[in-house]
Amino acid sequence: MNRRTIVVALIFISVGIAFLIKLFILQVYDPSYKYSAESNTRREIINYPARGLVFDRNGKLIVSNQANYDLMVVPRELKKMDTLSFCRGLNISKDELKELFREMRSKLKRRKISSIKPSVFYKQLSAEQYGYLQEKLYKFDGFFVQRRTLRKYEYPNAGHILGYIGEVGQSTINEDDYYITGDYHGINGIESTYEKFLRGKKGYEYVLVDVHGREKGAFRDGHFDIPAEAGKDISLSIDIELQKYGEELMANKIGSIVAIEPATGEILTMISAPTYDPSLFVGKKRAANFATLNQDTLMPLFNRPIMALYPPGSTFKPLNALIGLQEGVITPESKYECYMGYSVGSFHLGCHSHYSPLDLRHSISNSCNAYYCHVFRNIIDQSKNSSVQDGFELWKNYLVRFGFGYKLGVDFANEKRGFVPNHKTYDKIYNKSWSSLTVVSLAIGQGELLATPMQIANLGATIANKGRFYTPHIIKGIENDTIPSKYKTIRETNVDSTHFRPIIEGMELAVWGSDGNTAGIARIPDIRICGKTGTAENPHGEDHSVFVAFAPKEDPKIAIAVYVENGGYGSRYAAPIASLMVEKYLKNEIHPTRKWLEKRMLEGDLIHASE
Amino acid sequence: MPQNNSLLKSVDWVVVIVYVTLVAFGWFNIYAANYNPENPVLFDVGREYAKQLLWIALSGVIIWVIFMTDSKFYVAFSYFLYGLSVFLLFSVIFLGKEINGAKSWFEIGPVRFQPVELAKVATALTLARIMSRYDFSFKKTSNLMRVGLIWMLPVICILLQNDTGSALVFFIMVLPFYREGLSGNVLVFALIGAVVSVLTLVYPNVIILAIIIASCFVFLAFKIQYKFIGYALFFGIIGFSVSYIAFKVLGKDIRLDLFTLVGAIFISIYLAISGLNKRLKAILPAIVFMWGAIAFTISTDYFVEEILSEYQRNRINVLLGFKDDPLGAGYNVNQSKIAIGSGGFLGKGYLDGTQTKFDFVPEQSTDFIFCTVGEEWGFAGTALVVGLFVFLMIRLVILAEKQHSVFSRIYGYCVASIFFFHFSINIGMTIGLAPVIGIPLPFFSYGGSSLWGFTTLLFIFLKLDTNRSELIR
Ligand SMILES: [Zn+2]
Repeated sequence: MNRRTIVVALIFISVGIAFLIKLFILQVYDPSYKYSAESNTRREIINYPARGLVFDRNGKLIVSNQANYDLMVVPRELKKMDTLSFCRGLNISKDELKELFREMRSKLKRRKISSIKPSVFYKQLSAEQYGYLQEKLYKFDGFFVQRRTLRKYEYPNAGHILGYIGEVGQSTINEDDYYITGDYHGINGIESTYEKFLRGKKGYEYVLVDVHGREKGAFRDGHFDIPAEAGKDISLSIDIELQKYGEELMANKIGSIVAIEPATGEILTMISAPTYDPSLFVGKKRAANFATLNQDTLMPLFNRPIMALYPPGSTFKPLNALIGLQEGVITPESKYECYMGYSVGSFHLGCHSHYSPLDLRHSISNSCNAYYCHVFRNIIDQSKNSSVQDGFELWKNYLVRFGFGYKLGVDFANEKRGFVPNHKTYDKIYNKSWSSLTVVSLAIGQGELLATPMQIANLGATIANKGRFYTPHIIKGIENDTIPSKYKTIRETNVDSTHFRPIIEGMELAVWGSDGNTAGIARIPDIRICGKTGTAENPHGEDHSVFVAFAPKEDPKIAIAVYVENGGYGSRYAAPIASLMVEKYLKNEIHPTRKWLEKRMLEGDLIHASE
Repeated sequence: MPQNNSLLKSVDWVVVIVYVTLVAFGWFNIYAANYNPENPVLFDVGREYAKQLLWIALSGVIIWVIFMTDSKFYVAFSYFLYGLSVFLLFSVIFLGKEINGAKSWFEIGPVRFQPVELAKVATALTLARIMSRYDFSFKKTSNLMRVGLIWMLPVICILLQNDTGSALVFFIMVLPFYREGLSGNVLVFALIGAVVSVLTLVYPNVIILAIIIASCFVFLAFKIQYKFIGYALFFGIIGFSVSYIAFKVLGKDIRLDLFTLVGAIFISIYLAISGLNKRLKAILPAIVFMWGAIAFTISTDYFVEEILSEYQRNRINVLLGFKDDPLGAGYNVNQSKIAIGSGGFLGKGYLDGTQTKFDFVPEQSTDFIFCTVGEEWGFAGTALVVGLFVFLMIRLVILAEKQHSVFSRIYGYCVASIFFFHFSINIGMTIGLAPVIGIPLPFFSYGGSSLWGFTTLLFIFLKLDTNRSELIR
C-alpha cells in the first residue's frame, strides 16, 4: 500500500482512538458525570393560576380565592430520612405516615402516579404545618411544597348555584388533556359550566434541582417556562342579597324559588331548600361534609329548581287559557258554569265554591277547575283536528314552545327536562281508545305533566313578556369575553302577544280582585303584582304550595316561581314568600304592614313540625 | 436476470451491512430521543421517528436508482450536477428559508431540502473527474488553479448562506488532494492550522506559542541537523528566562505569553544569523512559517472577537473548559457530556435515559443524537458506533485503492473524507473535543436531507466499485 494511504488511514484511526479514550474517561473512568446527571434533575413546577372571581349582578364579590399548600413528593428522589422529625412537622403519628407511604406505593404500582413526576403526598397543609415544613424541607429529599388556590366564599349562600371545586377524575383526564392527576376542576354549578373561563391556564416553570431537592435555578434560563394565566372573572345575574333573603325565607322548608328578569332571561335568584354553606366543600373537611350532606334524607345536595319535578298544578291554567285564545276556541268573554266542579256523565272533577258562571279573567283569579276542563276539551276536540291524537299533539306543541318537556338550556349541566306526554303515551296506556275527557286532568296541570320550578318561573317570565322569552341563564358577563350566544337569542312562542292582556289581568285579579281572589295575601303596597296560585297534588302527604308571579304589571322587572313542599294551598306559603321576594327585590325592604307576614314565613317550619 | 445477479455479487456487502446497521441503530436512537416516559406512546405518526422511517424507506429507492444507473453516467454528468448544485447553492441565498441563523434550506410545501447535500456529491464527482485526467498534476499551476476554483465556488456560496459548519466540510478535501499528490506540507500546515485555531480558543496564548514553536522544530527536524534545534531552543530559553527575570526584578505582573514571544524572537535571530552564515535554504521558510503562525494565532483571536457573529462565536467559544458555566454558552456541551457520562459502561438501557429526555440536551435527535447512544447504551454503544465508523472509513479507503479507475479512487477518498469530517466534528463536539458546529452525524441524525445525501455519496461509490476492474471515463 501507498504511504499516503497509510497516512490517511492513520488519521482516521487516531481520531477514532482519541474518541474511544475520551469516551472511556467520560463514561467509565470518571464517575463525576454520573453524579452530575443525578443532581441534574429538572423539576416541573406547576403554577396554578388564581381561579376567576365570581361577582353578583351588582358587582358584589361572591367567590374569591385563598392560598393553600400541598406537600408534593417525587417518589424516585426519596432518600432515607428522619421520619420522627417529618411526623412532628406534619403533626401526624408514625402510623399515619406509614399509611401515607403505603398509599403512595400502591398508587405507584397501579400507575396512578409517576415516580419521576411530582404528585400530592399530603393535601392542604395547615398554616403551622406549612411553616414548619418550609424550614425543614431541605432535609427531606423528594418533597416540596406546591402552592394552589382554594375557593373562598364570601356568603354562606348560593351553594347549589356555585357548585364546588374538586379533584379531577380519571374520565375527565382522559377527555381533556389539560388536566393531570391531582388537578382541581369545577364540579357542579357555574364552577363546572364556566370551568374553561374560570380555570385560567396553568403555568409551567422548570428548575434544576440538586440531589437534595434544592432548587439550583431556572432550567435553561427559563427558556421553556410558560407563565400562568389567571382565570377570567365572571359575574352572575343573581342578586346575592335577594338570594340570601330567599334562603332565609325557605329555612326549615323544602322547595325552591326561582326568579327571572323577564326582559333578559337572567336568573335573579335560584334557591333550593334545604341548602348548604358552600364553604363546607372547601379544604380537608370536604369529603366528610359531602358524605353527611349526601346521606341527609332531606337531600340538601339535590338542586331542586332545575332537578325537582312537580305537577305544575293550577299555575298551568294561564297557559291553557292562552292556547285556547290562540286556537280561537274561547274568547276573553267566554263564560262557563261550575257546579262545584266539572261533571260529564259519571265523571266529576271537583272545584271549590265560587260564584258562577265565570269569564276568562275571573276563571284565573278564582282558579276554576271546571272552566279549564272546558277550555282544554275545546282545544283537543275542535273540528279541525281529525282525531284526539291530532288535537293532543297540537296542544302539546304549544307546551314545548313554552319550554316544557325539554331542557330549557340553563347554564347547569344537570337540568331536568320535565315531562310532557305525547299521544303515544296515552295510546299505550288506554290501548288507543281515549278521549279528551280521559286526560282532562291536564287542563288543571295535573295528570302526567311534570315541570321543574325553573320551567314554571320561565312561564311567568314568558307571560310577563307577552309570549317570548330568553333562555334563563345565570351568567351575566365574562371578563374579556361574551356570554354564550344562546342566551342572547330570543325565543318566540306561538301565541300572539294580543292574547296576553286578559291573562295578565286575570293574574292581577287573582291578587288584587275584590270578589274571590285566591292570592290576596301577595299584595304589596305600591307594586302591581300579578300571580297565580297552584297546589301540586302530593299523594304522599300535604300538597305542595305553588305560586307563579311577576311584577310590576306594566314593564315587569321580576318573574318568580315558588314551590314549598307540603305547604298546602298556594296562598299559604308560596304566595307570601313570592311576594316578599318581589318586594325585597323591587323595594329593597319590607313594608311595615307586611312585617308580620315576613316573620311568619321566616319562622314557618315544615320540616320539624311534621316529625 | 444475469446482469442483476452479477451486480448483487459484485456489491461490497460488508459496507452495505455497516450502512444498514448504522441507519437502524440511528433510528432506534431517534425513537428513544423522542420517547416520553411520562406519556409512553408506542408509535405516534406525528413524531420524528415516524418521519425518519419514511426517509429511510425513500433512501432505499435512492439506492435502487443509483444501482440501476450506469457508472459512466456519474462521470459524464458530474459537471452538470456540479453546475446545478452551485446554481442551487447560489439561489438558496435569496430564496431559502432561514433556520438556526443559516439560510440554507429550500422549502417547497412540506418538503425541505438542503442543496449542500447535493453539492457534496457533485463536488466530489467533479473533483474526481478533473483530477483523474491522465496528465493531471498538482505541480502544474493551471491544474492547481482549476481544482482550487472548483473547490472554492461552493464554499463561498455556503459561507454566504451563513452555514459555516457545512462550508468547513469542504476543507476535508485536503485528504483526497494529499492522496493524489498534493505536498504533505500542505496537510501538515492544514493540520497545524486546524489545531492552532481550535487551541487558540481554548488555551491562553502562551501554550499556543509554545506549540507553534515546537511544531516548527518538528518541521525543521526533517530538513536540518538537530544541532541547530538544540542551539535554537537554548537561545529561546535564554530569551524566555531573561525577560522573566527582568519582569521579576521590576516587580511587574508575570506575562508568560510575552516571555515566550521574547524567546521566539531570540530563536529567530539565532536562526537568521546561522542561516545566513551556513546558507541553509530551509531556515528562511521556517522563520517565515513561525512568525506566520504567531501572526495567525493573534489574528484568530481578532477573527473570533470581531468577525464572527454572536451566534457563531458562542458556538465556537463552547470548547472544552472554555466557559465553565453550566447554564451559559457551554451549557450544551456540558449537558451533552453529562448525558454521555451518565451512561456508564453498559448504559441505562434502551428508552431508560433521563438526560436525553426533557430537553436537557438540545437538538436531541439531530446534532446531539450521539448523547442518546451514550446515555442508553453506555461505553459499549459509543465504542461500537466509533468502531463502525472507523471501520467504514478504512474499508472505503481500501476499496478506493483497489479501483482500476482513478476517478473511482478519488471519489472514494472524497466519500471517506466527508464521513470522517462529520464523524469527528459531530462526535467530537458531544464529548467536548471539537467546537460546537451544527453538522449531522451520518446515518444517525434525524433528517431526510442529510440521510439522503450520505446515502447517495456512499452508494454511488458502491456502484462505481461494482465496476472496479473497468476504466470509467
Ligand atoms: Zn269552579
